[in-house]
Amino acid sequence: MNPPVATPFFFYLLAGTMVIGGILVITRKNAVHSALALITALLAQAGLYLMLYAPFVAGVQIILYAGGIMVLFLFVIMLISIERAEKERQFNKQWLVGIIAAAALGGLFIAVYTTTTKGKALFPEGRMTYGESQNTQQIAALLFDRHAGQYMFAFEIASLLLLVAIIGAVVMAKKRI
Amino acid sequence: MDALLHITTLHYLVLGAALFLLGVIGVLTRRNVVIVLMSIELILNAVNLNLVAFSRYWQGIHGSQALHGQVFAIFVITDAAAEAAVGLGILIAFFRNKETVNVDEVNLLKW
Repeated sequence: MNPPVATPFFFYLLAGTMVIGGILVITRKNAVHSALALITALLAQAGLYLMLYAPFVAGVQIILYAGGIMVLFLFVIMLISIERAEKERQFNKQWLVGIIAAAALGGLFIAVYTTTTKGKALFPEGRMTYGESQNTQQIAALLFDRHAGQYMFAFEIASLLLLVAIIGAVVMAKKRI
Repeated sequence: MDALLHITTLHYLVLGAALFLLGVIGVLTRRNVVIVLMSIELILNAVNLNLVAFSRYWQGIHGSQALHGQVFAIFVITDAAAEAAVGLGILIAFFRNKETVNVDEVNLLKW
């Protein structure tokens, strides 16, 4: 494993891309623009996963999120007419209450992240370790291995969830059943 | 300055919190259902970032090679896919009935 190079630069670059993408998602009028901003943010997040030595999750993020889910979003945006929605008011009547609630939540986050107990921060200096060379194999062992795997049952339940979601989506989107 | 330049778990947590807040603001203030669903995706991604960061942090303190956080992140992505499929299916059915994508018009269950 090579030691990381210019970690702060890449972290702030990717973090800035993510935050700007997120802001664009919630402020654009055109839903297609929002979707493109969200794709940018998701790709930047895949970069952050790589910085955290999680290559498998980064690959899943790109293929499944940026490639699969966002294409589904774009398809649906094309199916519904967005011209009318663009001309309407973009924010609802409770937007001030929403902002205040979000600000309260942000204050809660700040309070938690700056809490110190006995002089130690709640999340102490986590030294990032170098990644293991067999990240994907270890995830597979956790998911599938008969003896060491703890998530095999959860994995099967997830497949059931996906089956239910497929049937649900077809039933919802079909004209008459 | 040193605290800013030395990237720790807390940096990732703060970024996750910022994205979570952006998603919450989007869900609470936007009227377009598509953008509300995208904001939910933002929230799920913020959670994922925290999970992966904590996975690395756990390895740093315990020296173990367990990747539970990353496995959880994969499960969250699975849930996000299921949620997006069903949500967009509901959205199509809603648009077919009401010819609009405005959340304020979803009031049939309102008492």
